[in-house]
Amino acid sequence: MNVPVSPVPAFGPALPEILLAVTALALVLIGAFRGDGSKKIIDAIAIGALLVAGFLLLDQSPGRVSTFNDAFVVDSFARVMKILTIIGAISAIVMSTRFLREAKIARFEYTILILLSTIGMMMMCSANELISLYLGVELQSLALYVIATMNRDDEKSAEAGLKYFVLGALSSGMLLYGMSLVYGFTGSVTFPAIAKAVSAPGGAGVVFGLVFIIAGLAFKMSVVPFHMWTPDVYEGAPTPVASFVATAPKMAAVAMTVRILIDGFLPVLKDWQPIIVFVAIASMALGAFAGIGQRNIKRLMAYSSIGNMGYALVGLAAGSIAGVEGIVIFMGVYLAMTIGVFAVILAMQTGGRRVEQIGDLAGAARTNPGLAFAMAALLFSLIGIPPLAGFFAKFYVFAAAIEAKLFVLAVIGIVSSVVSAFYYLRIIKVMYFDEPAPAFQPMAIELKTMMWLSAGFVLLFAIVAGPLKNVAQLAAKSLF
Amino acid sequence: MFGFGILSGLLVLPLAGAAFVLLQKDDEAGRRNMRWGAFWTTIVTFLLSLVALSRFDAAKAGFQLVERKAWLGTEITYQLGVDGIAMPFVILTTFLMPFCIAASFNAISKRQKEYYALFLLLETLMIGVFVALDLVLFYAFFEAGLIPMFLIIGIWGGARRIYASFKFFLYTLLGSVLMLLAIMAMYWTAGTADIVKLLAFKFPSGMQYWLWLAFFASFAVKMPMWPVHTWLPDAHVEAPTAGSVILAGILLKMGGYGFLRFSIPMFPEASLYFANFVFALSVIAIIYTSLVAMMQEDIKKLIAYSSVAHMGFVTMGLFTLNAQGVQGAVFQMVSHGLVSGALFLCVGVVYDRMHTREIAAYGGLVNKMPLYAMVFLLFTMANVGLPGTSGFVGEFLTLLASFKANTWVAFFATTGVILSAAYALWLFARVVYGKVEKHALETIPDLSLREIAILAPLAVLVIYYGVQPNAILSMSQASVDALIAGLQSGLPAKAAALVK
Repeated sequence: MNVPVSPVPAFGPALPEILLAVTALALVLIGAFRGDGSKKIIDAIAIGALLVAGFLLLDQSPGRVSTFNDAFVVDSFARVMKILTIIGAISAIVMSTRFLREAKIARFEYTILILLSTIGMMMMCSANELISLYLGVELQSLALYVIATMNRDDEKSAEAGLKYFVLGALSSGMLLYGMSLVYGFTGSVTFPAIAKAVSAPGGAGVVFGLVFIIAGLAFKMSVVPFHMWTPDVYEGAPTPVASFVATAPKMAAVAMTVRILIDGFLPVLKDWQPIIVFVAIASMALGAFAGIGQRNIKRLMAYSSIGNMGYALVGLAAGSIAGVEGIVIFMGVYLAMTIGVFAVILAMQTGGRRVEQIGDLAGAARTNPGLAFAMAALLFSLIGIPPLAGFFAKFYVFAAAIEAKLFVLAVIGIVSSVVSAFYYLRIIKVMYFDEPAPAFQPMAIELKTMMWLSAGFVLLFAIVAGPLKNVAQLAAKSLF
Repeated sequence: MFGFGILSGLLVLPLAGAAFVLLQKDDEAGRRNMRWGAFWTTIVTFLLSLVALSRFDAAKAGFQLVERKAWLGTEITYQLGVDGIAMPFVILTTFLMPFCIAASFNAISKRQKEYYALFLLLETLMIGVFVALDLVLFYAFFEAGLIPMFLIIGIWGGARRIYASFKFFLYTLLGSVLMLLAIMAMYWTAGTADIVKLLAFKFPSGMQYWLWLAFFASFAVKMPMWPVHTWLPDAHVEAPTAGSVILAGILLKMGGYGFLRFSIPMFPEASLYFANFVFALSVIAIIYTSLVAMMQEDIKKLIAYSSVAHMGFVTMGLFTLNAQGVQGAVFQMVSHGLVSGALFLCVGVVYDRMHTREIAAYGGLVNKMPLYAMVFLLFTMANVGLPGTSGFVGEFLTLLASFKANTWVAFFATTGVILSAAYALWLFARVVYGKVEKHALETIPDLSLREIAILAPLAVLVIYYGVQPNAILSMSQASVDALIAGLQSGLPAKAAALVK
């Protein structure tokens, strides 16, 4: 192998990540010297850095560039997924400030850890080989474990963090084991080289490794059968942390799963397709049925997210451009809906006390009409009723499945979406049909903004669907 | 304006009205504005639909007033248009809406802002279903209607409203998602979601059966056909009066319209193959639900079951696959929209006074409400299908057509006509005739001016269409003929001979 090794790699493509890393390190210093009192400044600088990183991504030339010996690749797909990740991170910071202050856990590390985790996720979106992918995964996860236990005096939060850590470590182990097998059998860690190696016939060992890799990835995406940690973490972790776990890491996990399977293993589509089909069906069904019994809205959202990851995988199972296009649209819409719902959950506060039972929303249509309307729009969108955004999200992934002739998958998926409609409808029923419970305190301005931004997006998606679809298409094509 | 045509106007007007309603303050004057704002919006929409009708040339078979804009790429577009099959339904929708609004003035006292806004939103969505010329756009309108209807039943309904609203929503959602998968399959096969192009596209016959079944799942629930009709009585009984009128008058017609627009012309082979299956279900619906209707103790439930029976005539007529049957089905749908809508309004009249729908709670109304008795009699007779009313024409045409297609089907369906006379007349006798024995009925007032103004136009139309059926038949004639001609060219020669 005579790969030309340049002494200094080009930093340009990784500029957003580098900027965020430098910012995070600088913020650690500020925090260390000025203490928790500096949280406001740190938040502001972190948000500013994330925004700049986002603009840098938008500004990059549209083609595919790679650096660090092809370990780090930037293409349209990576750019779109990174921007979605950044949106998730910004909203997690914005929605957290008031909550952390009131819960008396407003430590400056929170924001910095989110920043570090975001860098890890962006690495995951751009990784073009197994090593850089693993680096990204670990950076992302380690930071997340810590912020899940932010409220360390609270038993539930500690339990959530511990579970998250133990299971996450286990999954990282599996991922690593699978990677080593794949490396052993293909002799390479970069995706294009793996793709070349697996297209030669007779690679049972590679498939063996691939199964472990998929298991590890499934943990990170929280899909069945590796979903058990999700409800506990959502319920136990502080709500802003749950909103972060529900959004940004999912973008990155799905992005890396798509890249590794499409870029690295497309030649053996028929080997991994049944696995993904099974995982998707199991996740959609579990998300639909297990959510029915939930009374805690955060737990409910955990099952909802398991189901939604199942829908995203429907697009991946198709293994086609249309499928990846569907995933990109789906993840974008999922991000918006989740942020909106968590903004509402964060606003559920009566008499200075935070509540998180579905019953606490009773009669919200009369006591908080704006909140109820936005929430109803988000929930109808989660069901997938047109012309709301959720319909188009499901439409494109299922259309891809139909194109790939995965009819059983499509039918089971769409039927489970009807089942899950039941528990979303129940929340609407509680808000609109039931007699009012005590009204919530006036909504904080930043929560209101996030809620209306996402509700507006969901309501008006049909109008801007055309251009957004083109972006998704561009992103999908860059992988093939 | 901006290159949008008159049909877009029909979609935007109610939305603008809804926005107006939402902007009103929730005090006495504001509520007055809401009511009248909603009412005048529906009137203007109706007038605009008449303008559309005047520009519509009934002699042409193709789509008219077509407008088209890019939406999701080049294959899925915002495309609207009407033909002779869609036009009657558009008019029916815009015509019934003002009655629904006016009938709600006294009946709805809580949360009026949401009520009128939702009704106007519903109007946009219903018109959209009938004018959409793109499959995905059609589906969007078709499905979005669930949201306002769910809320209308759930918020303003009767005692078991929550059960009814969930049942309505989940039943119809399950039916339509299967259709969505079929729509995707059609999209990938034909490469377009444009209904005009799809009507000319020939789907492989093996595929047709599956597509037909998926569409059937959706439309059969919407229609509703036996045995998936059970959501309808619940929804009807619990919905407020205006909600029942919309359900029976328009939402049920979406199923029939869907069969006419998609199943029959796009999957002709499958339609012929499954025709006997549909006949069987239709005949069961006609006889079984008529018998069930006879045993009801709730007036609304009785009319709901009779709706299922009448929709049985529609599906039977449609799948005779000849011009007479299809024409009869279209006529029956329009007529049923008027008659059942009027019947529910009649029930609303006494319900507003007595707050019960129990048949047993009434009796001898003719003594106290002679005008009401007369109007109620007229609509009951129309429901039975008495010659001279609009109810007769549709039933007669569909029976005539099915006699040609299958004598036994016609034979059994005709017994349904007798049964319908039995339950309808018995209902009328129990409610209206006899002596006033219930103390509460002693002081019941006759129709108010507002109620007369609501019921009189419907009564006039029911008789007018009964003696002048051509007013509707000529509107759809050319399109139905084209549909049948296309059907025959879409079938293998041997099969085509069967539907001649």
